[in-house]
Amino acid sequence: MPERINAIEIDNVTKIYRRYAQNRRFATLKSALLKRNLASHLRPAEMFTALREVSFCVAKGGTFGVVGRNGSGKSTLLKLIAGITKPTHGEIRTRGRISALIELGTGFHPEISGRENVVINGVMLGLSKREISRRFDEIVEFAELEDFIDAPVKTYSSGMYLRLGFAVAIHVDPEILLIDEVLAVGDEAFSHRCLDKFAEFKRRGKTILLVTHALGLVERFCDGAVWLDEGRVCAVGDPPRVVGAYITHVEQSEERQLDAADVKAQLVVTSGAETTGSATASSSHDEVDAAKPPPDMFGASEGRWGSREVEIVDVSLVGNGGRIGRLFHTGERMEVHLKVNAPKMVSDFVFGISLFSTDGVCCYGTNTDIEMLRPKELVGAADVVFMIDSLDLVEGTYKLDVAVHKRDGYPYDYHRLLHTFRVKSRTKDVGIYRPRHRWKFSSNVRFTEVLDS
Amino acid sequence: MLHNLRQLIRYRGLIQSLVARELKARYRGSALGFFWSFINPLLLLLIYTFVFTVVLVGIRPVDIEPYAVFLFCGLLPWTWFSSSLLDASGCLIAGGNLIKKVVFPAEILPIVMVLANMVHFLLGLPILGIFLVYYAVPFRLNEILWFPVVLAVQLLLTLGLGLIVSALTVHFRDIKDILSNLLTFWFFATPIIYPMEMIPSGGKIFMDINPFTHLAISYQEILFYDGPYGHWKWLLVLGVGATGLFFAGYFLFDRLRDSFAEEV
Repeated sequence: MPERINAIEIDNVTKIYRRYAQNRRFATLKSALLKRNLASHLRPAEMFTALREVSFCVAKGGTFGVVGRNGSGKSTLLKLIAGITKPTHGEIRTRGRISALIELGTGFHPEISGRENVVINGVMLGLSKREISRRFDEIVEFAELEDFIDAPVKTYSSGMYLRLGFAVAIHVDPEILLIDEVLAVGDEAFSHRCLDKFAEFKRRGKTILLVTHALGLVERFCDGAVWLDEGRVCAVGDPPRVVGAYITHVEQSEERQLDAADVKAQLVVTSGAETTGSATASSSHDEVDAAKPPPDMFGASEGRWGSREVEIVDVSLVGNGGRIGRLFHTGERMEVHLKVNAPKMVSDFVFGISLFSTDGVCCYGTNTDIEMLRPKELVGAADVVFMIDSLDLVEGTYKLDVAVHKRDGYPYDYHRLLHTFRVKSRTKDVGIYRPRHRWKFSSNVRFTEVLDS
Repeated sequence: MLHNLRQLIRYRGLIQSLVARELKARYRGSALGFFWSFINPLLLLLIYTFVFTVVLVGIRPVDIEPYAVFLFCGLLPWTWFSSSLLDASGCLIAGGNLIKKVVFPAEILPIVMVLANMVHFLLGLPILGIFLVYYAVPFRLNEILWFPVVLAVQLLLTLGLGLIVSALTVHFRDIKDILSNLLTFWFFATPIIYPMEMIPSGGKIFMDINPFTHLAISYQEILFYDGPYGHWKWLLVLGVGATGLFFAGYFLFDRLRDSFAEEV
């Protein structure tokens, strides 16, 4: 066991970006001179804290993942480690040559050839000219640009540009490699080549710091991880634990977002109904005009209509163990709870429900009439529960229609696409419906290992 | 700051490559390519000669012959000076991507601009040489020895101003526009198209505080006029001033350095 040395030590680092007030942003020199306050012009007006008291270490030879939502300070952290910007407080210590893959091909000049750009880019990243000429063929080969290396870079496709940038950066042979979401841009084959190269780096005991949204990659590839949120370290350490905590947090905030969106949609619908002036429970058929369904039932967007002789007062989605939420996993149990209220007794009623995908495909629809339940009597407050034992949908966002109407279709209360829920899945299967399934093979079909992604 | 200067030496390979790239990229795709470095000053010379020998005949100082060569002696270094400052003022913003994403000392960018323009200046010199030979302007070795000194003083002065201008332009974008007008004024306030002798004695003090006056006069005395180089005292004073300015510029640049990655 070699001595544990840290390649990167981040000690209580805070980064404050200075934002200059709007009216001063494009301040002119003249105005500064006239007011004789050049110094105060260079003084910030507003602060934005991108990182707050961040501390962690990356061991030499370690592969470290940084996760977090957009704007959580990941890229700022990378720039600080690379030395592009300086921390406002705190200290960053690094050991060894750093190469930062923040944006590939930065500094390529479009007018000159790939060959010349490789040289200049290499020098910029810290190689000597001799080192570059020694590695030149290797770089070109890795980028698969043998035929185009003498053409001006402006004629390159974006893929070629990217490959060349990556090839140069990776051949700088750094002790510490900083990677910012590079893998997100290339095609499948390129991503694999990058991963192979990273694995090679890892074998050779180099330190890698990886900023990514590919959480599977962090779990599989990294031996340490940190989760940043709003510039703070929320969790640091073992990747599955950090990623797990992050996923839970994201799911919670997604639920809050869905809630907020639904509340907004329902609010719009209710206030719309009120302004048309015929909203609430009038039992006369003639007075429900404004609350009638839109002419094209299937093209309709979110809305609510009906006479409200029976009203759907509340809709809630309940998952495993009575948890009320909007986020479900494929195969999980889901219940749709409706609270309805019928001020006067009705004897003709049908409860209906349908599931829609976000692109408007009806995944499933049914109602009590179709399922041969003959209505007899409904009065006062009542509960209706629609139970799905196994939610066999693939990952995605879905919307619900819930309705109560007469058997001839006359609506009491129709909620169209007003309730949203999201299905998560660890499997990246496609389509809408995920039938329960298994695979079976004869003995001469073999698999080495189960790939999880 | 000394640490930074040492670091610059370490980055000389990059400076060299970037200057080469700047020169290559400038004429890439044009039919005449690198010859433009020769043709540009030649055309400029033709225009000024035309204006002052055909259009504005009365204004031209009569006792200077050949006038075109006199003009060229001041015009060529002025072009280096003014284009350097204009290029420097925009270079940090244009190179914003680099500053934000690659670790390297930002002062390289304005320095590269000054050096690339110096190469253009040096490439223009053979044209000037041809004219000097053609008009049989007398040539003295002890005067020519001063030439590299003049060059060095101008380089320091231009670098100092270039660093200041490039750093401030990041915060005050309109410096670029102010600068181009200021340079036009500066050009006419410098004895380049007219000799120093034409200045009335009351105006001489204003000419003397203009640093480029002494550079222009030096070039003219060394290359154009016969007789010993008499302006060297002024040149040395300017040399000291330019060195001071260079360090002041570098200091300012260094102070503002951390704001570049966030402001460009």
